[in-house]
Amino acid sequence: MPVAASAVYFLNLRGDVLINRLYRDDVGGNMVDAFRTHIMQTKELGTCPVRQIGGCSFFYMRISNVYIVIVVSSNANVACAFKFVVEAVALFKSYFGGAFDEDAIRNNFVLIYELLDEIMDFGYPQNLSPEILKLYITQEGVRSPFSSKPTDKPVPNATLQVTGAVGWRREGLVYKKNEVFLDIVESVNLLMSSKGNVLRCDVTGKVLMKCFLSGMPDLKLGLNDKIGLEKESQLKSRPAKRLPVAIFMSVSLTWSLNMLLCSGKTIELDDVTFHQCVNLTRFNSEKTVSFVPPDGEFELMKYRITEGVNLPFRVLPTIKELGRTRMEVNVKVKSVFGAKMFALGVVIKIPVPKQTAKTSFQVSSGRAKYNAAIDCIVWKIRKFPGQTEPTMSAEVELISTMTEKKSWTRPPIQMEFQVPMFTASGLRVRFLKVWEKSGYNTVEWVRYITKAGSYEIRC
Amino acid sequence: MSGHDSKYFSTTKKGEIPELKEELNTQYKDKRKDAVKKVIAAMTVGKDVSSLFTDVVNCMQTENLELKKLVYLYLINYAKSQPDLAILAVNTFVKDSQDPNPLIRALAVRTMGCIRVDKITEYLCDPLQRCLKDDDPYVRKTAAICVAKLHDINAELVEDRGFLESLKDLISDNNPMVVANAVAALAEIQDNSARPIFEITSHTLSKLLTALNECTEWGQVFILDALSRYKAADALEAENIVERVTPRLQHANCAVVLSAVKMILQQMEMITSTDVVRNLCKKMAPPLVTLLSAEPELQYVALRNINLIVQRRPTILAHEIKVFFCKYNDPIYVKMEKLEIMIKLASDRNIDQVLLEFKEYATEVDVDFVRKAVRAIGRCAIKLERAAERCISVLLELIKIKVNYVVQEAIIVIKDIFRRYPNTYESIIATLCESLDTLDEPEAKASMIWIIGEYAERIDNADELLESFLESFPEEPAQVQLQLLTATVKLFLKKPTEGPQQMIQVVLNNATMETDNPDLRDRAYIYWRLLSTDPEAAKDVVLAEKPVISDDSNQLDPSLLDELLANIATLSSVYHKPPETFVTRVKTAAQTTEDDENAEGSEAGYSESSAHTADGAASPPTSASNVPYAGARQPAPAPSTSPPAALVPDLMGDLLGMDNSAMVPVDQPSTPASPPLPVLLPAATGQGLQISAQLTGQDGQIFYSILFENNSQIPLDGFMIQFNKNSFGLAAAGPLQIPQLLPGTSAATLLPMALFQNMSAGPPSSLLQVAVKNNQQPVWYFNDKISMHVFFTEDGRMERGSFLETWRSLPDSNEVSKDFPGITVNGVEATLDQLAASNMFFIAKRKHATQDVFYFSARMPRGITFLTELTTVIGTPGIKCAIKTPNPEMAGLFFEAIETLLKG
Repeated sequence: MPVAASAVYFLNLRGDVLINRLYRDDVGGNMVDAFRTHIMQTKELGTCPVRQIGGCSFFYMRISNVYIVIVVSSNANVACAFKFVVEAVALFKSYFGGAFDEDAIRNNFVLIYELLDEIMDFGYPQNLSPEILKLYITQEGVRSPFSSKPTDKPVPNATLQVTGAVGWRREGLVYKKNEVFLDIVESVNLLMSSKGNVLRCDVTGKVLMKCFLSGMPDLKLGLNDKIGLEKESQLKSRPAKRLPVAIFMSVSLTWSLNMLLCSGKTIELDDVTFHQCVNLTRFNSEKTVSFVPPDGEFELMKYRITEGVNLPFRVLPTIKELGRTRMEVNVKVKSVFGAKMFALGVVIKIPVPKQTAKTSFQVSSGRAKYNAAIDCIVWKIRKFPGQTEPTMSAEVELISTMTEKKSWTRPPIQMEFQVPMFTASGLRVRFLKVWEKSGYNTVEWVRYITKAGSYEIRC
Repeated sequence: MSGHDSKYFSTTKKGEIPELKEELNTQYKDKRKDAVKKVIAAMTVGKDVSSLFTDVVNCMQTENLELKKLVYLYLINYAKSQPDLAILAVNTFVKDSQDPNPLIRALAVRTMGCIRVDKITEYLCDPLQRCLKDDDPYVRKTAAICVAKLHDINAELVEDRGFLESLKDLISDNNPMVVANAVAALAEIQDNSARPIFEITSHTLSKLLTALNECTEWGQVFILDALSRYKAADALEAENIVERVTPRLQHANCAVVLSAVKMILQQMEMITSTDVVRNLCKKMAPPLVTLLSAEPELQYVALRNINLIVQRRPTILAHEIKVFFCKYNDPIYVKMEKLEIMIKLASDRNIDQVLLEFKEYATEVDVDFVRKAVRAIGRCAIKLERAAERCISVLLELIKIKVNYVVQEAIIVIKDIFRRYPNTYESIIATLCESLDTLDEPEAKASMIWIIGEYAERIDNADELLESFLESFPEEPAQVQLQLLTATVKLFLKKPTEGPQQMIQVVLNNATMETDNPDLRDRAYIYWRLLSTDPEAAKDVVLAEKPVISDDSNQLDPSLLDELLANIATLSSVYHKPPETFVTRVKTAAQTTEDDENAEGSEAGYSESSAHTADGAASPPTSASNVPYAGARQPAPAPSTSPPAALVPDLMGDLLGMDNSAMVPVDQPSTPASPPLPVLLPAATGQGLQISAQLTGQDGQIFYSILFENNSQIPLDGFMIQFNKNSFGLAAAGPLQIPQLLPGTSAATLLPMALFQNMSAGPPSSLLQVAVKNNQQPVWYFNDKISMHVFFTEDGRMERGSFLETWRSLPDSNEVSKDFPGITVNGVEATLDQLAASNMFFIAKRKHATQDVFYFSARMPRGITFLTELTTVIGTPGIKCAIKTPNPEMAGLFFEAIETLLKG
C-alpha cells in the first residue's frame, strides 16, 4: 500500500509537539507520547529510524533541532514516507527562505498547516513542487511571484498546473535575457588503507542547474559519457553547438571555460538518476537527457562513477607510537591535479589519542592546531596548488593512564577540500541545446568543482 | 521571508477562552483572522479549545481562503468531539463544494472526508458525486482520494452510491494525477475488502504503464505499487512489462526506484530466458547502489531491502561488495545492516578484502558493532570452507588484543566453527584456554565449557579447567549450568577416572537438589539414570556424532522471502515480517474467511520453525543432549520437592516482557482497578490475620478503607478499631462493621472518619497509630501514614484574583519550598487532571525561560489553605514546589502529600 503516513508530528528536542497533522483515523492523537517515552527518553534514540511500538510504527528523522515523526498503523511504504519528509523539508525551506528549525516552525505554523493539508491527502503524498505550490499557497512574506500585492484570489490556472503533465513549471515566464547556469559538483568518496591501497573509491556527482528561460523551453544535455556518445554516433546527430566562451567572476569561484570540449576522452557512468522533469523513457531508448526544466534552481541529475577516478589528493601518513607516552606523526599530502589549478579550503584532520597532553608541529605550508574537542590535529591549507606535496610532522605527548585496557583505535584521517575547474570523474558537458517556439538565443554557463565527500585514510 | 506566527502562542494573563471568544465575534475581519490563528496555536500546544466550536464555525463563511483553511483545520480536529454542533458547518461545506473556485471546491470535499461524523458524511455524498465529474482535474484528483476516505468510514455507502464505478472511470482520465490518485484509492479499497473490486487487466495495465511517464513522482509510486500485484500471463508479457518499467530505475526519487525494483523482481519470476534475467540483474545493480548515497534513514530502508534481494538474486550485487564497506561516520544502524549484507556477499573471491574490513571494524569504538564484526568473521568461516583457516587466524589475532568483549565474542563463534569443521582446528584450543578467566558473559562461558567438554580427551587439564567453573555452579546462569552438566558428563565418559567421578557427583547433586530450574533438573536426572543403568548407552547418546551445521542465521524461509519481496519498500520489508504480524487493522467487509486464518496460522508456524533452526545453529552444545530427551521421558524420576513455581511466572514475564516493552496502553484508558491497599499488618505478625488499609477521600468525606484477610485456621469475629491521638485528630466516626471471618476469607469495609476529634499536641506528624482487636486474638497495633491530600476539600477552588490577593497578603515568612529532584512531569494535562482529582485546583500557568510554572490552590477543613507554586521543565526530572499558607507548620506534611500525588 503506498500510504506514507497516518500522522506527522514535528517535535522539538524536548519532545514538545510543535505542529502535528493527523491524516488518518487509525492512530490515536496521543501516539506521540509513546514515541517520547519509548524512544526519545531512552537509549533507543538514534539506534534505528524505524520502530514498532504497540500497534503503531514510527519513522523519524532529525533535521536541525526538530524531530519529524511519522506514525502509521498499516504496512506503509517507508521509502515513500522518508522521501516525503525530505522533500517536505526542502519545500518548507524554500518557503521560509533558508533555515528549517524550531523557531522557523513556530513562526510559520499557519503556513505549515496549510502546506501539510496540500502536500498530503489521506496519507498519500501529492504535489510537493515549491514552484507550483507558491502559485496559490501564499502567506504574508511569501508573495505570489505573479503580483506584488497579496492575493486572496488564486491564479486562475493554478489547479491545472498542479495536476498538469509538467507539474514543475508554470506557464508564461518571461526573461529579458535567457540564461542557463550549469554546475557540475562532484564529491569524491575514498577509503584508503594505511598502506595506500584504495579500498573503495567512488564519485557522486550532481548537475545543478539554474534556469532563467522564457516560455516552455525543451532542453537537451550532452555529456562525454560513453553510452551517450555511442548512441549519438549511431543516430548521427548534428554536431554539437560550441558553448560560448566567457569569463564570469563570482565571489568564491570562477566560472570555467569549457576548455576540454571535444577532448576525446569519454567516461563510463555507473548510474544516473534524474529529476522528475527528465523524460526517462526517452533516456532509456535514445540515451539523451531531454527535459522541460523548472524555473530557477534545481538538481537535474545525479551520477556515480567508480572506474577511472582521478583522486585529487594522496595522503601518506606515518604514525609511530614511541613507548606509552609519546607519538610521532608525519603526514605528507600530495596534490595530483594540474599544476595550474589549485584547491581551496583544504583541511586534514589527523586523529590523536584522547589522552593527548601536548603537541608540537612543523608544517611546510598552512597552519596546524590541536583540537581537543574532536581529538584531532587539524591542519588547514587555504590555497593548495597542484603538483605540490606539503608535509606536517608532529610530536604528541600523552598522559600515561592506569586504565589502558583498550588500545587506541586509530580512527581514520579525514580530509576536506574543494578543487574548482576539476572533475574527479573527467566528466564534461559537451553541449546544452535549448529549443523554444519563439526561437530566442540563450547563453549557457558551465562550471566544475570537485569536493571531498567522505575522504578517509586509515592510519 | 520568515513569518512571525510565534506571537500567537503567547498567552494573555486573563481568561484566555473568553477573550478569544470575544475576538472571534468581532466585526473586524483582521482581528477575527488573528483570533482564529490564536485558537489554532492553542490547539497545537494541546490546549482544549473545543468550547469555541460555535464561534470558530461562525468564521467559516468567508471569502478569505487562508481563514477558511484554518477553520477547516479546526473542524477536522474537533468535529468528532462536538458532533451535534458539527452540523452547523454542513451548509457551508455544501455551498463551498459548488464554489466557482476549484481550490475551494476541492478543499470542501477534502475536508468533509476527514470529518468522521455521521451527520457530515450523509451530506458528503452529493458533493462528492459532483466533484468526481468536475471539469477541473484538481477537484477530481481530490475527490478520488475522498472516495477512499468515505470507504474507510462507511464502505456500504460507497458501494450503494456507485462511487466505485466512478472511481474506475477515473483510471481512464486524461489527467495523470487524477489517474494516480484513483489507482491509490482503488488499491486501498481493495486492500480493505475481501471481494474483488480493483482487478488489473492487461488493458488497464498497459494504460497505467503509459500514464507512468507523465505522473508526478508520487503518482508513479502509487501506480507501480498497485501494478506489482499483477501476474503476467506468460514470459513474453512479463518481459514487455519489465521493459516499460526499467526506465523508472533512473528516477531521482528512491521510492520510485524501489517500487520499480519490486515490480521487476515480481515479473522476473515469470521470465524464462536466462539472458534476459541476467541482463535485468545487471540493470538493477547500479540504481540499488545509488540508493546508498541517500539520507541515512533512506539508506537503512534500502539496505533492509537489499538484504532480501540478495537472498533471492545473489548475482545482482555480487561484484559490488565494496559499496557496503562501512564509512567511519555512518550511523550505527547503517553499519549493522551493511555488515549483514557483506556476510551475504562474501565469497572466495573477495574474502581477503572482507576480512581486512571486519578486522578493522573489530577495533572500532561501538561495542555492539565490534561484536557483530567478530561474529561476522565466524559466519564467513562457516560459510566459506576454503577461507575458514584465514578467518580463524584473524580471530586469533583479535583474541591477542585482549579486549574483553572481543575475546568472548570470538570464543562464541569459534565454537560454531568447531561444529562446522570437526577435527580440523582443535590446535587452537590451547590459545583459547589462555583467556579462560576473562570470560564473564554467559554465552561465552557456555561456549568455552562446551569446547572443553567436547575435546576433553585432547586437553590435558580438562578436569582442572572444568573444576574451576564448578565452584560457582549454583550462581551461574542456567545456560552455563546446562553446559557444565553436559561437559562434566562428557569428561567422565571420556576419562572415567577418580577426579571426574567426584566431579560428576557434585554436579549431579547440585543440578538435581539445589536447583529449581526444571530443564536443568530433568537433564541431570536423565544423565544420572543413563550413567547408572548403562554407561555404554550413555556414551552412545552423549558422545554421539553431531550433525554438521551451516550458517543459516538470518536466512529467511523461501515462502516468507517471497512474501517480503512482494512488499519491497514497505514496512514489512524493513521488519522482515509479513504484514499480518504487525498490522492489527481488520478488514471492513465480511471476511473472517478461513483463508485468512489459515494464512495467519501458517505464518506463525514457519516463523517459529525458522526461529528454531536459528537457535540450533547458534547454540549447538544443547543439541548434544537433545537427543536422549525423547527416549528417556517415561517415568518421572523422584517427584521433586515443590513445583518450580517461581520459574513459570518468571518465564511468562520474560515472554510478555518483550511484548510489554513494545506495547503502549494508549488506546484503552489506563485506569486499572484501584490499586491494592498497602499491607499494614502482615499475616506473619498477626497470627494469620492480615490487615491492609489506607485513608481515602470520597465526595468530601474521609474514609478508612480496610481489608481484613483471615489466613489463620480459626474463624475470627468481634472486630473493633481504635485510633491513637494524632495531629489531625482523626477518629472513627462510626463502628467497625465486620462480619465473622471464616478461615481463608476476607472482608473489606469503608470506615467513615471524622477530623479534629482528639488532637495530639506537638509538631504535626503524619503518624497514625491504629489498634485492632477481635474476640480470638490479642490486640494488634500497627502504624499508618496520613497522606494529607485526602483532606483537601472541594471548596478549595479559588478565583485567580483571590489567589493573587491571598498570596500577597501572606508574609514571606509563610513561604516554604522544597525540591523533588526525582519527579518528572510528562504530560501537563494528565498531571493537572490527577491533581484536580485530589482537589488540588489549577489556577494559572506561566512560562519562565524554559520552565513552566503552575499555580494551584487546596483547602482543608477548618479553612487551612495552601497556595502552591510548582516550577518544572516539562519532560525533565526535577520539580520545585513552593507553598504559602497561614499554617506553615503543616508544610512538611503537605510536601509529603504532594510528592505522593505527583508520583501518581
